[in-house]
Amino acid sequence: MSLVLIAIGLLMASALAALLLERSPRWATICGVGGAMLAGLVGLIPSFRVLLSGEHESFVMAWCMPGGSFHIGLDAVSAVFLIPIFLLTALAALYGSSYLRPFWGKRSIGFSWFCFNLLTACLILVVVARNGLLFLMAWEGMSLASFFLVVFEHDKKDAREAGWLYLVATHLGTACLLVLFALLGREAQSLDFDRIGALAPGLANAVFLLAVIGFGTKAGFMPLHVWLPEAHPAAPSHVSAVLSGVMIKTGIYGLVRMLILLGHPPAWWGWVLVGIGLSSGILGVVFALAQHDLKRLLAYHSVENIGIITLGLGLGVLGLSTGHPLIAQLGFGGALLHVVNHALFKGLLFLGAGAVAHSTGTRDMDRLGGLAKAMPWTALTFIIGAAAIAGLPPLNGFVSEFLMYYGALLACLPGGLANPLPAVGLIAGLALIGGLAAACFAKAFGIVFLGEPRTDAALAAHECGWAMRLPMIILAAACILIGFGAPWVVAALKSAIAGLLPDISGLTGVPAAQIFGAAQPSMTLLMELVIGFAAVAGLAVLLGLMRKRLLKNRPVRQSPTWDCGYAAPTPRMQYTASSFALWFVDAFRWILRTERRRSLPQGYFPDAAFMTTETPDGFRELVFRPVFAQIRWALASLRWIQHGRLQLYILYIAATLVALLIWYASCL
Amino acid sequence: MNVIPWIHMAVALVLAPLLPGVINRTKARVAGRDGAPFMQLYFDLWKLLRKGAVYSRSTTWVFRAGPLIGLAAVLGALMLTPFGKSGALLAFDGDLVLFAYWLGLMRFVTVLAALDTGSSFEGMGASREVFFSALAEPAFLLGLLGLARVTGAISLSTILPAVTAATWLSTGPALALIAAAWLVILLAENARIPVDDPNTHLELTMIHEVMVLDHGGPDLSLILYGAALKLWVMGALLVSLLTPVRYGVAWQDALVFLGGMLILAVGIGLIESAMARLRLTRVPQLLMGALALAALALMLIMK
Repeated sequence: MSLVLIAIGLLMASALAALLLERSPRWATICGVGGAMLAGLVGLIPSFRVLLSGEHESFVMAWCMPGGSFHIGLDAVSAVFLIPIFLLTALAALYGSSYLRPFWGKRSIGFSWFCFNLLTACLILVVVARNGLLFLMAWEGMSLASFFLVVFEHDKKDAREAGWLYLVATHLGTACLLVLFALLGREAQSLDFDRIGALAPGLANAVFLLAVIGFGTKAGFMPLHVWLPEAHPAAPSHVSAVLSGVMIKTGIYGLVRMLILLGHPPAWWGWVLVGIGLSSGILGVVFALAQHDLKRLLAYHSVENIGIITLGLGLGVLGLSTGHPLIAQLGFGGALLHVVNHALFKGLLFLGAGAVAHSTGTRDMDRLGGLAKAMPWTALTFIIGAAAIAGLPPLNGFVSEFLMYYGALLACLPGGLANPLPAVGLIAGLALIGGLAAACFAKAFGIVFLGEPRTDAALAAHECGWAMRLPMIILAAACILIGFGAPWVVAALKSAIAGLLPDISGLTGVPAAQIFGAAQPSMTLLMELVIGFAAVAGLAVLLGLMRKRLLKNRPVRQSPTWDCGYAAPTPRMQYTASSFALWFVDAFRWILRTERRRSLPQGYFPDAAFMTTETPDGFRELVFRPVFAQIRWALASLRWIQHGRLQLYILYIAATLVALLIWYASCL
Repeated sequence: MNVIPWIHMAVALVLAPLLPGVINRTKARVAGRDGAPFMQLYFDLWKLLRKGAVYSRSTTWVFRAGPLIGLAAVLGALMLTPFGKSGALLAFDGDLVLFAYWLGLMRFVTVLAALDTGSSFEGMGASREVFFSALAEPAFLLGLLGLARVTGAISLSTILPAVTAATWLSTGPALALIAAAWLVILLAENARIPVDDPNTHLELTMIHEVMVLDHGGPDLSLILYGAALKLWVMGALLVSLLTPVRYGVAWQDALVFLGGMLILAVGIGLIESAMARLRLTRVPQLLMGALALAALALMLIMK
């Protein structure tokens, strides 16, 4: 625990130092990056220790705030969320040191690192806070720090708009959380988490729904996701990696923590979570398919993956509420592992997208192409991340999805859930999401990195430096390691999963041993999975050696693409991201509402023609915009309160304080 | 160690290229021609393996890795495929998910290799392939889910052997629906009529063949062999479902299974002779039909 406090201290100190050294971008960078990396190293030690041992460490201190004490704690569930936070922020900081170099002297580098390290510190605090007030303070700090990071390029209109949208959305979510903690605090007479006991069913349901909305806004549940595809692409890429990789997971963490606090859930919570998971998962990937901007595409995939995590949580809740511990373990286990996995591969992909944008100056996939030759390392790591996020074996994404599939299959068997409909939905949904995600990443990787460069910018691409390359390599290696080390990784999650099943810990005689290694024969099932992985990997290598041997002493020539004799077409004739996704965009046009503007070729010798497509977020355009316009209209009559005169604002504050004092005195 | 699954695996590896031969021979006979020999694909593979290679200058290592990973992935699926009513080499609970995803990996690398050539023609095939398979995958898994529910097992090697005459008597209609859905998926995923035409390269409506246009020599032989194996593994599941006979004697069961595979190949040949290829825009409807059949079967089973 003390090491976590040291890590937080290091981050705060380096944040301040970076701010003070703002004059010198070099020293501000050294301070910010050094602090973040050191904190990562220091913080990973206790996180792994607690995850593996399953012990609970805590630190309590009296403080001057109402509603309990300064209480932080570290258990296995927190550790699962802390590990990606420490790892990804440290690697993103290293990457950012090089990525922000072109902005030296143009932007305040010191302020950027101040916000970055402050964000990291708040992320850690959110996950270890065991007091409602501390949690909310860290939550707000996290939102504000990330807001300033999103508007880093504040001279661009897009970035400013994205920032405002994000700020409004996140505070609407926080408003729900305020009510949530007020309800909990009133019931327990304290905001300390360990004082919160079982609630009356009605109150528990209200708290659950508030948590779904409040935390769901941060996590990006469809349709509360509208800020996400705007804000994540607007931020610098190393920040996007942290936002998508770990910050939105704090929403999942909050939901998980509430599930633990609320105790035994009713089955309909599971139905709600599975429903949200399906809508976020499927619509997230469908919207991703229609995007041309590489980072926007990745942002929609975050919505999709949050959906997958929520599917796992929903399955876990269903298993828990109906007394099927193995199903619950598999659901929660899949969800927790996917939290880690998504941080790894989404972090990796955003860093890769950043390297592309850094090198070519554009994120528009239809202007890229053929980058694999100029950027071999970025291409290699990006394809690993792409295969992992599409859930393909033998990488980590498959392992977490496999746990969920397995749990859902058990739930469908006779003797599984009494009503297996959510489990059927989960299997069909995951299969559909898997197919669509594979298509989307075949597009993202294939159009950006393969084929021929479509523009001069793509032709002039160059590989990024080692400071940017190394984090991507480490993350890609982690994706492979978790795939091949599945039995050990899942066994390491055992105590975290047990933390989610407190009230049925007496039921451990179930055949969980096969998958979680609780007893002999340990981990047989996942071992066989990994044998399959190893066999295929070995076969691929063997086939490669065989081909090499065959081609020795034979002619191996290079030529233009044959293509049935349409030799050497121009790069502009290649399939583009838009044409690749056309089938999907057509099939889902009722939800995507893609706007097309075009001028078709005219006459026998057409000279000019163009077509552009754009897919704005349907929920934002059709739901939120009209609603907010109405609210604005309704509140217009109150506008006279806002006049910009400082003295009167101070008067408002003073009057409010006096009113509160009078109210307080009358209550005594 | 049990040697029987290894023998079965070897038999599958040897006999898989025979299936396209049987299909083509059937089509030729129906059309009144003699047709190519049954062993034609073996000859082709052997010829290709002895050639050199030509690689497009547009391509990268992704293009060269595609055939290797693709064949390895389908071999991974073969390891999980039961040989009729006899268990597979590798069997564990939930292996049906890995089976589906190995085929997904094969598709992913084939699509990327196609995009690597920079040809719009191959990009077109790749785009169609990913769309159709995204529709086929849920239907396939829903069918398996129905069978899992019927048999109470969740491994391919325990589900399919558990489908017996008694199962057919009690849940026949649902099993028939699943078999119909799987047949559609088998045809779609293996580039057969009515979804795709394996005979032509130059049709603008091609899917699978067009993606591998630029592969040649040993690479093409790996791809053709992989395609034959894919037909084998998907056909094996369908045949195991449709043959509710189990003697419990290895060679008798093997004969029943191989006979079933032969009939399946002849059946595909007859379908191809009797039907024309669908218009491309109709293919999604066919696949949605398969999905509806699988969902209906599941409803009948779960009630």
